[in-house]
Amino acid sequence: MSIGATFVGDAVFALPWIKNKSGKVKIFYTLSLCLIASLAAPRLYSQEVETGDSISLDAVKVVARRPYSEVIPSQTLDGRRLEGLNSQSVADAMRYFSGVQIKDYGGVGGVKTIDMRSMGTNHMGIFYDGIQLGNAQNGQIDLGKFSLDNIEAITMYNGQKSDIFQSAKDYGSAGTVYLQSRRPQFDDDRRINFNVTMRAGSFGLANPSARLDYKISENVSATLSAEYTYATGRYRFRYRKVFSDGTLAWDTTATRRNGDINALRVEGGLYGSIYRGYWQARVYYYDSERGIPGAIVNNVWKNSQRQWDRNFFAQGRYRRSFSSRYALQVNAKYARDYMRYLNPDTTLMYLDNKFRQDEVYVSAANKFTILPGWHANLAVDYQWNTLDAELANFSRPVRHTILSALATSFHRGGFKVNASVLGTFVTDRVKSPEAQGGVTRVYHRDKLTPAVFMSWQPWKQRELTFRAYYKRIFRMPTFNDLYYTDIGNASLRPEMATQWNLGGSFHRDFDATVFSSVDLSADAYYNIVDDKIIAVPKGNGQYRWMMMNIGRVKIRGVDVTANLAMEPVAGLMLNGHLTYTFQRAQDYSDPSDCLDEAGTYKGQIAYIPRHSGSATLNATWRRAELNYSFIYVGERYHNSSNIPANYEQPWYTSDISASWRFTLRRKMSLRVTAEVNNLLDQQYEVIQNYPMPGRNYKIILKFDI
Amino acid sequence: MTALRYTLLYITVFAAALFTSCRNDDIIFIPEEVPVGRPEFNTVTGFYLLNEGNMGSNKSTLDYYDYSTGVYTRNIYGSANPDVPKEMGDVGNDIAIYGSRMYAVINCSNKVEVMDAATARRMGQIDIPNCRFIRFWKGYAYVTSYAGPVVIDPEYRQKGFVAKVDTATMQVVDRCIVGFQPDGLDIADGKIYVANSGGYMVPNYENTVTVIDLSTFKVLETVQVAINLEYCIADRYGNLWVSSRGDYYDIPPRLYCYDTRKRRMEKVLDVNVGNYWLDGDSLYVIAVDNRETGAEMPDSYQIVNIATREVASECFITDGTEARIHKPYAVAVNPVTKEIFVADARNYVNPGYLYCFGRDGVLKWSVRTGDIPAHIVFTGQSVNEY
Repeated sequence: MSIGATFVGDAVFALPWIKNKSGKVKIFYTLSLCLIASLAAPRLYSQEVETGDSISLDAVKVVARRPYSEVIPSQTLDGRRLEGLNSQSVADAMRYFSGVQIKDYGGVGGVKTIDMRSMGTNHMGIFYDGIQLGNAQNGQIDLGKFSLDNIEAITMYNGQKSDIFQSAKDYGSAGTVYLQSRRPQFDDDRRINFNVTMRAGSFGLANPSARLDYKISENVSATLSAEYTYATGRYRFRYRKVFSDGTLAWDTTATRRNGDINALRVEGGLYGSIYRGYWQARVYYYDSERGIPGAIVNNVWKNSQRQWDRNFFAQGRYRRSFSSRYALQVNAKYARDYMRYLNPDTTLMYLDNKFRQDEVYVSAANKFTILPGWHANLAVDYQWNTLDAELANFSRPVRHTILSALATSFHRGGFKVNASVLGTFVTDRVKSPEAQGGVTRVYHRDKLTPAVFMSWQPWKQRELTFRAYYKRIFRMPTFNDLYYTDIGNASLRPEMATQWNLGGSFHRDFDATVFSSVDLSADAYYNIVDDKIIAVPKGNGQYRWMMMNIGRVKIRGVDVTANLAMEPVAGLMLNGHLTYTFQRAQDYSDPSDCLDEAGTYKGQIAYIPRHSGSATLNATWRRAELNYSFIYVGERYHNSSNIPANYEQPWYTSDISASWRFTLRRKMSLRVTAEVNNLLDQQYEVIQNYPMPGRNYKIILKFDI
Repeated sequence: MTALRYTLLYITVFAAALFTSCRNDDIIFIPEEVPVGRPEFNTVTGFYLLNEGNMGSNKSTLDYYDYSTGVYTRNIYGSANPDVPKEMGDVGNDIAIYGSRMYAVINCSNKVEVMDAATARRMGQIDIPNCRFIRFWKGYAYVTSYAGPVVIDPEYRQKGFVAKVDTATMQVVDRCIVGFQPDGLDIADGKIYVANSGGYMVPNYENTVTVIDLSTFKVLETVQVAINLEYCIADRYGNLWVSSRGDYYDIPPRLYCYDTRKRRMEKVLDVNVGNYWLDGDSLYVIAVDNRETGAEMPDSYQIVNIATREVASECFITDGTEARIHKPYAVAVNPVTKEIFVADARNYVNPGYLYCFGRDGVLKWSVRTGDIPAHIVFTGQSVNEY
């Protein structure tokens, strides 16, 4: 059998198909501190089950743990655990990371964005196969649009990926998420893998997908994946209120409407290994139409706004070591995004707005090895963005961004340090509409920001590691913030984020006990967000807003994760994962606003719970697999005035799934999964007036050839 | 097995931490009573304050001040109407009392909420999409609405209308198409005057007042005034005081005095006007400063004398309290005691404040309100004459 690389680190990619005909299992690397079991790739276990071969699972345990190249490790969801989360989209899955809050407007088509350590969605960088997804228009990536169908792993880094060999963009956000698309993996004598998946369930969901992997040669393989998603998005929701003595005041049930979605995704990739390196290329296309369900308010139970999206990108990477001292990585990308927003409701403001964005991106990273254990990286990125809109008086902005990063890492004994400085040089050229003279104005925004990451493993024999980092970074105001007709404010400054983090992690493998491994990690952090960009209404009436740099937030938090893998009975693998997050995210914007308990000064900011956490449990026995996932989000307030009128209830959902794998013929299998989500049928809201679905079901058939 | 024990311990602690704050049933809003003033007895018995609530928040709320007790009560609608799903609604835009009933225009809930003026108990609703302001005349309510006729046309620019509502049946009996996005209206000398804003057509704002004949309910004429009009109020001298919001950039807000009898513009006052209230010959004007938007105008708390048509007072607050007010959003004057109320919307997403000044402009009391306190109506005898 062969083992494909199942982890996110690129280094592995140089060896995509490791042959091992002796039947002896060798894994050269493993990833991160997490999940030995899920690491070992579903394929490993399935091989065992299928053939009855006596590959001892001990073989997995003896695996040398790959010395991760990052100073501070990530949180990763991959393999079995990712599959077991009953998640439709990347956003759903990311709820299981500690330190993350999701903004979810509900349903299959509802917008879902994430917020890491309360710094705000715009501070997150989302990377797809190592290259950042952009949205110069509003800076937000709707992670609800990325289905898990073709995702192999999701990896999240606080601060940044503290690897040495990376592009300048990898240094450019307060937190980063890497989505790794599925890479082809071939069993020894095969050239083709093909699978078809059909998901169907509540909300009128019909979600077929197919994937073909083809091994062109020993060193080159290709993959093609397509997915179609249809859902009516209808679900029942219920609101009720009681008197203080508990008797019913009112109780109403309605159906969520205009949450339908119709989406097609097609993507293809080419992967090649070369001498001391690799290359890869990807083309991605997404086309969707969806309803925008809107807020449920008194007397309004249905909305009619619609949105169309077309996203295309083509990107590639080339990486090679030229000597023991020098390695080069080149990334390039072109992206085009089209978005149409329609409000056909003429009782409101009729709108039919179309936006088009183009992006060109190139990056070169140069890694130098100065001495063994001492590396340096010089990375320079250039990016070009435009936004065009069919709007009256629209100012067409063009943005040129040059990012250059200089980083060095040093590693000696149990001590690792990585220091970097990022220079960001942004030039916007904005041409005012012809009606206003067609004048071109130029704005420069330049910043120099540092980061230092350290880790220390005091005892060689014990996998106890301490870590710390400091990072200062910013988010650029987006085109909408700056130049959008009427709300934009061209004088905005970048929104700054400063982070301090102190933590530690512990890992232990066990031999000859029911336990396979234990992982624990904890981090305490302190973040300050300054010059936060906030929309403020202008004057009387509520339909004129403008962006201002007025916010200031201080965040103190603790993230804890624990993982336990065990095998109580031979063949029964149990894997449990817990996360807990404490966050005190306080609004320091207006010191004068502290007159009474409704004052916003030092109030917990909107939608950030003090306590949140998750628990997942995965059990695997022969062909059967059982998963349980639990999410808890504690009480919150929908604005930083923490009074009862602004209170939002805690919510917690339990999801379960069970699956069984049938072998139809040799190398042909069918996996059947049944999911029940929100098992206890909790009626909850993540965002005020956006009701979430109650109990819902899904059936998944996955057919592998 | 030590590891197992620790793990179980950890799980237990974790689970305990999770379930300490569980969900409860949502309880209806319980009014909050705050004693603020001294009991007083005169023909004005109190006032309702309608809080707009941020768009989409469904947090339009009603507060009440009772002069006989000096108690300010926040958020009375929920307990007065515990059987109404999703409470009063989204963005309260105007409030008025006519006869024994109170009418709250709830803009984004597309309705006028009709309540008993004495108890705030709901009596029904009048469905008018995108409704804005209300006035009354002889048993009919007249409500402006941004919503035009339903036509699917990409180039469509919808004109708004004034709905004529029979207050006895709470039914819309007629509609009169006016200008683009009509806001404030007033009734004088058998005519309805409607200030058209054109707010949906930025930057091509509307600039007219539409005049409707009350008896035929047909447009008589359209008068050009200035861009982006918001309020209009008719005085006893036959003048119509119209406020223009300006364009938020180069054109500042201004106050226009139009003589409805001579049908000509009498005066343009360079007053930063966001909202106003007419009491006797005094037009109390407040406005947020627009400095950040380029129009160099400070907050204003002015009084315009409508007889002389001059600014009579540059600042009706005399004790420096204006420094505490972030975003003056509404003003009202008690017709008997001449107390001046100024509502502060602060940052628009958090609760606002209401300041009560004596007729001398000295602060008497202040109280926290709901989100975006914006519209005040007094209760009692001879305070709501139409």
